[in-house]
Amino acid sequence: MDRETIIEEALTSEKKTIPQYLDYETPSINVTEWLRYSCIPIYEQENAAKDPELAASMERALSLIAGQVSFRVGFLVVPIEWGEDGYPILPFEQKSEKLKMNLQGCTKVVLFAATIGSGIDRLIRRYEKADPKLGLLLQGLGAERVESLCNAFDAEVKTCAEKLGGKTNWRYSPGYGDLPIEVQRVFLPLLDAERRLGITLSESCLMAPSKSVTAIIGVLPK
Amino acid sequence: MVNFSQNMDRGANMNILDYMKDHFLFLDGGMGTLLQEAGLQPGELPERWNVSCPEEIIRIQKSYYDAGSNVVLSNTFGANGLKFDDEELETLIKAAVENAREAARQSTGTQEKFVALDIGSLGKLLKPYGDYEFEDAVAMYSKTVRFGVKAGVDLIFIETMNDSYDTKAALLAAKENSDLPVFVSNAYGADGKLMTGACPAAMVAMLEGMHADAIGANCSLGPDQLVGVMEEYLEYASVPVLLKPNAGLPRSENGKTVYDVFPPEFAESVGKLLEKGIRIAGGCCGTTPDYIRAVVERSKSITPVPVTEKNRSLVSSYTQAVEFGRSPILIGERINPTGKKRFQQALRENDIDYILGEALKQQDAGVQLLDVNVGLPEIDEPAFLLRAVKELQAVTDLPLQLDTTDPVAMEAGLRAYNGKAMVNSVNGKEEVMSVIFPLVAKYGGFVVALTLDEGGIPDTAEERVAIAAKIIKRAADYGISKKDLIFDPLAMTISADTTAALATMQAVHKIRHDLGVNTSLGISNVSFGLPSRNIITSTFFALCLQDGLSAAIMNPYSQEMMNVYYAFRALHNMDENCMDYINYAQNLPAPSMTAPAAGAAPAGAPAADASSSGGPATELQKAIVRGLKEKTGSLTKALLAEKKPLEIIQEEVIPALNIVGEDFEKKKVYLPQLLMAAEAAKAAFEEVKKLMAEDGGDGPKRCAFVIATVHGDIHDIGKNIVKLILENYGFAVSDLGKDVPEQTVVDEVIRLHAPIVGLSALMTTTVPAMEETIKLLREQAPWAKVCVGGAVLTQEYADAIGADRYCRDAMETVRYAEEIDQALQG
Repeated sequence: MDRETIIEEALTSEKKTIPQYLDYETPSINVTEWLRYSCIPIYEQENAAKDPELAASMERALSLIAGQVSFRVGFLVVPIEWGEDGYPILPFEQKSEKLKMNLQGCTKVVLFAATIGSGIDRLIRRYEKADPKLGLLLQGLGAERVESLCNAFDAEVKTCAEKLGGKTNWRYSPGYGDLPIEVQRVFLPLLDAERRLGITLSESCLMAPSKSVTAIIGVLPK
Repeated sequence: MVNFSQNMDRGANMNILDYMKDHFLFLDGGMGTLLQEAGLQPGELPERWNVSCPEEIIRIQKSYYDAGSNVVLSNTFGANGLKFDDEELETLIKAAVENAREAARQSTGTQEKFVALDIGSLGKLLKPYGDYEFEDAVAMYSKTVRFGVKAGVDLIFIETMNDSYDTKAALLAAKENSDLPVFVSNAYGADGKLMTGACPAAMVAMLEGMHADAIGANCSLGPDQLVGVMEEYLEYASVPVLLKPNAGLPRSENGKTVYDVFPPEFAESVGKLLEKGIRIAGGCCGTTPDYIRAVVERSKSITPVPVTEKNRSLVSSYTQAVEFGRSPILIGERINPTGKKRFQQALRENDIDYILGEALKQQDAGVQLLDVNVGLPEIDEPAFLLRAVKELQAVTDLPLQLDTTDPVAMEAGLRAYNGKAMVNSVNGKEEVMSVIFPLVAKYGGFVVALTLDEGGIPDTAEERVAIAAKIIKRAADYGISKKDLIFDPLAMTISADTTAALATMQAVHKIRHDLGVNTSLGISNVSFGLPSRNIITSTFFALCLQDGLSAAIMNPYSQEMMNVYYAFRALHNMDENCMDYINYAQNLPAPSMTAPAAGAAPAGAPAADASSSGGPATELQKAIVRGLKEKTGSLTKALLAEKKPLEIIQEEVIPALNIVGEDFEKKKVYLPQLLMAAEAAKAAFEEVKKLMAEDGGDGPKRCAFVIATVHGDIHDIGKNIVKLILENYGFAVSDLGKDVPEQTVVDEVIRLHAPIVGLSALMTTTVPAMEETIKLLREQAPWAKVCVGGAVLTQEYADAIGADRYCRDAMETVRYAEEIDQALQG
């Protein structure tokens, strides 16, 4: 089955779905974002583009990650109920004002985790010693890659939701605003993320591989 | 048929290995699937059902025995000390084993039945990529193993492991706490690798080296998607191979999980792999007793393929295996202090980055393995080798050759090594073999054996071959096969004895062709005492390769040696379409045809296009500002002939760094450029340090600076950048790494009496750890100033947690450190 069929099927489910796993082809690279994540602000980028050394390093970074990253998303769909206190009842406990506002009007949420795997962490680890500038570019590239992966998944969820006559809202991540990062302790097991995506949590709730993202997409009816 | 109680009485553990010799062994199917059907709620720990609903567990497990499973796994996948306290853990494991035994007793199946202690991952990623200590993981798994052994299981089954280091921790725990057979099963992704990158051959190397009794794969995928993984196991493994796949891929149907492979197709796919040679089969997620029944039925028409010795000589890192005996293997010799003053200085100063730099340079030069020797009389070799192994395996995926004469250091290194290491070395002396072989038997290893013994190094090839034969025999006593030995018949200089090389070459030939084992040499000794050594050394290398040499410990920076290596492989049909050779040849530096142009500007001379105000004033400064690493190095080297090292630092390097630093502060250059300049400056410092090491002096130093990413935080990229820039400015930086406990920071500050400490945190959740560190510093090291930085910090935040200064970036940190340093000087 193709990805959109899987997502669509999950979105039509009345009950909480099981986690599903999707593999993606390499998303196209957003160079502006890559450089921004590499500490080159957008207003500097025109200048930076003229630097042949930087261009060579960027090319090196791209050749290094080839075959070292994979694009994988795990997700499930959960119907939202609203508690008497006005907060949404989700599979993890929280009292986040901002999430509450973000989910106003939603009947379902898509919970997902996206990762580009641990290969990029090994590359960063290696090159931040051998060639710090390259390490920084790899770091930025990894951040861009996983964001692009999230965008690709997000876009497919949006398409499917619209096909079903609904729409989606902005994705929202644990650790952002007043949604505590500690919800990761429940969020990731819901997706069987350790086994199926290789994402583990440290004591302080950081994910490894580092280029991993968890987020919540709200789904609104018509 | 053997009655089950008899089975227990006479020690079932021997039985299962005996039983497997002539039979397929059938495992059970997915436990989780059936537990959910029986009403296990999401979030509920299945292990608790061993006590709260034993009848359900027994019913499920009995249904597997009824279907023909020989082995049922106890319901203990997540039974570990992270989830349960000791008392509950013991109770749950005991109940789990009793339930499985009861299921066997109640089953109508007439086959042999065994109970395995099931062990799944702790779910923690180990350091350096995660935050959990390897030894803590070993301790956690050990608890589970001990309770399982006490409860009386027949074997230990480690499964669904998706990281090689975690797998090693679990297997080590099983081996250290029981004598039971241990089966190890890993979870491979669709790319045929573990989540953290290991390929099947790497896992085979490590697990067989540690004497797992059966190895293979489970979970993740259906049987058809695991064919490639299984074929690789069967190619390399000399122990039985197991497979426990999912019923294909899961999907959601009206809130229920369904799988896309059904029992008949499942049995057909598994059956094909049984025909190819796997010996142990079962199922994982989604496989009900019907699947097992179908597999057992399908197997009846198949004769088990005998498990044979594959004789593949492997070493491995955490991602890849390197095989000896086919294409020659290059082992980089540069991580070794012998005769290298600069390296000795790095060891004394605990300068691990220098060693890592040598590792990465050699990897770029094309070696497949790295020799690691950190032995100096005045350093704590076991501690340093342990640290070097951990740090090296974090930055390189090349396998390591641990090179030490200290057995304590050897054990520390082998234990922490993530893979199967090369062990350098044993020889024919009984006192050495009796100490090193037990370590190899326990941790695995590919052992270099020198052909010398109590009588010294024999002159003739025949006598060296005799010693080799003796070593092979002795190794077998420890269960070490000859495929795990590689002989070094010792190259000695022809300047002392012109027959020396002949004896060595003959020995290589005989050991390889008569004894059938691999050989290795430290090549360069042959030319000691002669002029233009490279000519002799590389020719000797070519001759030895022709005689069958499998590996060389060599200097990969020698172009002559690399020429021989690439040419030999091309000439011996080891290089398809000569692609490696062509690639190598195309990247060779063009031969220098011209003498240096007369009148070239000296390094310290004013730069031709130096800008009028504040630009780089000299060629060297310009090179640093532009981040030209190699040019900076060569210019510095030239300049050292006329200028004092400290003058170069003060008049060239620091001013150049200041130019870039100021431009960075004015946002005229961006971070990658700053880093390039810093790297270039480092090249200048390296040249200065080299010279000073020769003179026995120390490099230029400003005050000590202790830097760390705080406890609980594993982001260290920003910290590493700050460290690099600080070092450039001459500060004696002690980098404690990331996730550093509060007291460790304090202890280091006290040890160095450091006047300044830099703490980094990226996350709001770890700022309390920063605050706690500052509090302890105020109590125990009140002299130290503390600056803080990191993504979440602000001036207000820094004030609130009692820091002396908030530093926004690397340059602000340098400026603050300079302030403190000047106050001390002044």
